Amino acid sequence: MNRWLRINPIACTGHGLCAEILPELIRLDEWGYPILPSSQVQEHLLPLAKRAVRLCPALALRLDREAK
Amino acid sequence: MTAGRSRHAQAGYELARRLGTTSRLTYGWRDSDRPASLRTHVARYGPAPAAVPGRTGWLIDVVTEAGLTGRGGAGFPSGVKMRSVARQRGPAVVVANGMESEPASDKDEALLSRAPHLVLDGVALAAAAVGADQVHLALPHDKRWLAAALRHAVTERTHARLDPVPIEVHGLPHGYVSSSESAVISWLNGGEAKPTAVPPRPFERGVDRRPTLISNVETFAHIALIARLGPRWFRRAGLPDAPGSMLTTIGGAVTAPGVHEIEAGTTIGELLELGGADRDASAVLIGGYFGTWSRIADAARLPLAKTALKRIDASPGAGVLLVLPAGTCGVIETARVLAWLASQSAGQCGPCMFGLPAIADDFAQLASCRPQGRVLDRLDRRLGVVTGRGACAHPDGTARLARSALYAFAADVHAHATGRPCLQARRARERGSSARVRMLPIPELAGTRSRP
Ligand SMILES: Cc1cc2nc3c(=O)[nH]c(=O)nc-3n(C[C@H](O)[C@H](O)[C@H](O)COP(=O)(O)O)c2cc1C
Ligand code: SF4
Repeated sequence: MNRWLRINPIACTGHGLCAEILPELIRLDEWGYPILPSSQVQEHLLPLAKRAVRLCPALALRLDREAK
Repeated sequence: MTAGRSRHAQAGYELARRLGTTSRLTYGWRDSDRPASLRTHVARYGPAPAAVPGRTGWLIDVVTEAGLTGRGGAGFPSGVKMRSVARQRGPAVVVANGMESEPASDKDEALLSRAPHLVLDGVALAAAAVGADQVHLALPHDKRWLAAALRHAVTERTHARLDPVPIEVHGLPHGYVSSSESAVISWLNGGEAKPTAVPPRPFERGVDRRPTLISNVETFAHIALIARLGPRWFRRAGLPDAPGSMLTTIGGAVTAPGVHEIEAGTTIGELLELGGADRDASAVLIGGYFGTWSRIADAARLPLAKTALKRIDASPGAGVLLVLPAGTCGVIETARVLAWLASQSAGQCGPCMFGLPAIADDFAQLASCRPQGRVLDRLDRRLGVVTGRGACAHPDGTARLARSALYAFAADVHAHATGRPCLQARRARERGSSARVRMLPIPELAGTRSRP
């Protein structure tokens, strides 16, 4: 099933935990905020993406069912 | 009945003839710079068509057919927007955005202060069409006299029992991002005037969590005329894919600065002619501070219309054209605007909060001919990194302006980046001040803006 990982840029505080959990999808910019080059999550990364969503201290990550 | 209808058609014909293609919104402005009273307004345009209960859809149909696009900057089709609000369940809310935070734009203020009832007619008609039971007009709180004029206009309408839903006039904190749609809605909801995360979009959940139609005040004024004269009349001005007239603000090195009504799609060359641009000027800022610098030679033949301007990565924005005077350094001017834009970040999103000051600082190094490290490479990377990463379009617009300056002023940029001031900067240095080369209006520096 296709899922898209999204960041709420207002909620995000640049904790950087997501990039540690999911380096395949997320890198940090020079100020420590996550960059998501392509937000579609491949099947095999889904468990990690879910973990990142759950562990984000700012609750700034979300998995969506639709591309937008 | 037939006689009545033909008299009505005759009146419409007369009105259409009088308004032509470029004195539609600005009709009668030459006679007086006071706000047109309700009586003057009705004498100019005739009464607004009454909303027919149960047949509210007609206005959305005619606005769609007219091909009207929003005049607030993004140029989104207004009919589509109205329909998406009307389709939602429950009563809707209409908000007219009169904030005009773009420092180089004067058109919304001009329109509101000359033809307030044209805007209010459009707002009331749109409210009936989308089924709204709340109507708001958002104005910047520092223009008290403007709010007073609009409140007076609303009172005139109340006495005439014109609008079933009362129009509420508000004064909002004035900043560049406090006027973006989600910020206005957040403020009306009792929060801060700062952008919020999307989704939800305003048409889904806006003021009081209701479907909300938010549009620029000029957009509503066009709706008021389309309701009177129809979509075919509207399309007599403009291009098929950019129909109607529009308000522009032409400024900088021109002999006739100010607000002009033009046919959408008039070429930039013609507009420079209209404004009386200095023949020695070589660059123009298209669209305002979220806009694009372009060499006049590259832009002159292009119409001021969304599709055509895509070719040079520009857009009409809120209809602003600023001509850079010959002998003024575009790099220095851009550095000043970027510093101001960075200061206007709502400070909510990391890439905006930290990225824009970093970009402004890179540009300041360029402007002062004291680059640290590989400033152009760094800028290129940073401009790419901030784009698309804010909750609102503030970082994107700022990056677009910076990128366009690097391109349009490439030779000067190169000189500055290698520590050799460009000709203009040298002259400024010789004069011992950079004050005189300043040209683009920045609110803190501009002092009091003109009022009617
Ligand atoms: C930073 C920012 C500032 C904006 N400022 C204004 C403004 O001052 N006036 C305005 O009408 N729209 C402004 N907009 C656009 C609004 O968000 C919205 O798109 C517009 O009011 C919609 O009206 P329209 O459909 O009639 O164009 C701004 C957008 C952004 C991102
Ligand atoms: S992008 Fe900037 S201006 Fe827009 S909401 Fe985020 S911090 Fe505020």
